[in-house]
Amino acid sequence: MDTQYDVIVLGGGAAGLTAGIYLSRARLRTLILNEGATGGQMTLTHEIANYPGVENISGYELARRMRSQAQKFGCTVKSNLTIAAMDLTGEIKRVLLDTGDAFTAPAVILATGGKSREIGAPGETEFKGKGISYCATCDGDFFTDKEIIVVGGGNSALEEAVSLTKYASKVTVVHQFDHFQAFEHYVVEAQKNPKIRFIMESKIEAFEGDEALRSVKIRHQQTGAITTMAVDGVFILIGYVPNTKRFEGIVTLNGAGEIVADAGMATSLPGVFAAGDSIAKRYRQVTTAVADGTIAALNAAEYVNAKKKEVKAEEVL
Amino acid sequence: MLQTNLTHVLSEKDHAALLKANENVMICCGRMGPMCIPVYEAMEELEGEYKHVKFADMEFDSPDARIIRNLPECRSFQGLPFVVYYKGGKVVKATTSIQQPKQITTILDEHFGKK
Repeated sequence: MDTQYDVIVLGGGAAGLTAGIYLSRARLRTLILNEGATGGQMTLTHEIANYPGVENISGYELARRMRSQAQKFGCTVKSNLTIAAMDLTGEIKRVLLDTGDAFTAPAVILATGGKSREIGAPGETEFKGKGISYCATCDGDFFTDKEIIVVGGGNSALEEAVSLTKYASKVTVVHQFDHFQAFEHYVVEAQKNPKIRFIMESKIEAFEGDEALRSVKIRHQQTGAITTMAVDGVFILIGYVPNTKRFEGIVTLNGAGEIVADAGMATSLPGVFAAGDSIAKRYRQVTTAVADGTIAALNAAEYVNAKKKEVKAEEVL
Repeated sequence: MLQTNLTHVLSEKDHAALLKANENVMICCGRMGPMCIPVYEAMEELEGEYKHVKFADMEFDSPDARIIRNLPECRSFQGLPFVVYYKGGKVVKATTSIQQPKQITTILDEHFGKK
């Protein structure tokens, strides 16, 4: 039998948890279904120093506090689960888990966030944690006095390339374009670091090794020339992709796979709202996710309350 | 000490005692970092469901964590956390870097049986 809620929030990052806080405080029966760990991308940040009113906090701690706050208002939070199917098209939306548990609500908020973008080259999965990393602060010290590659040309890539020179003997930045997307000061800092060199207009074609990564094949984008480079580690820092694959054909997505939402966080489907890193927007910060979650929650609450009034009016008639 | 709700393994002695007292053990050896935290949280969630498995953590940088860092099964690992699954005191599986909850439950089900 389905368990009924007023609003189901898909995703337990900053946007989803904020929506949970607002909705449950408004006395709406609210369920957060989270396929990953609570906090989403927020937990990937060691230290958050620009969250207004909080001088310094780890992403993990902020996520824990948000979850606790939502639960104190009565929000149900379920994490580390697998959604088997969903139907968001009707008046009543339904979400089915692989356990057979099903949940319904007149409104849903999509706050599924994003995940680290992968290159998709052969060997990438095989050597993850065995030479390939997506977190410089986590794994940098495994590469002390070793030669590494940083893939990417954005702020994270260049900032971490500089940071990794604390450990590595040599850092090669491999970037697919002939220019960087990073802010100028990150580029200048990287360029003046004697341990860093650059391979531009190039992509990694394959990761090779035995029990650990030993080399990569790099293809030059213009000439097509392929070179093999011996390397101990590769840090892939090429941004994030939205977790929206399962919403294809259900709500409108843009070319980057991001959910298109209006200023009220409404999607193309009535009763379906979206918030956080999974929507099309320019800036992805904890603060912007919190703002999105607030707006989505307030509009979802208004939508649900209007639906309840409609039902009551029909009952009177 | 790691800031989790899991059982903390603080020394080699703790490690030995844990393996002696429990048939099925999963230990996540890491730091309070972005790749490790999701694994701890998944373990905390699974603790109530897999009552036949003992879930624990160990601080990667503690000297006694060599008991995990130096395992042959972890020799090629270069990504935190190192997660080791023991059955009857023997290593049956080890993983490196972040793992999704589904990957963890697949291993638990395969080696320790379903919840």
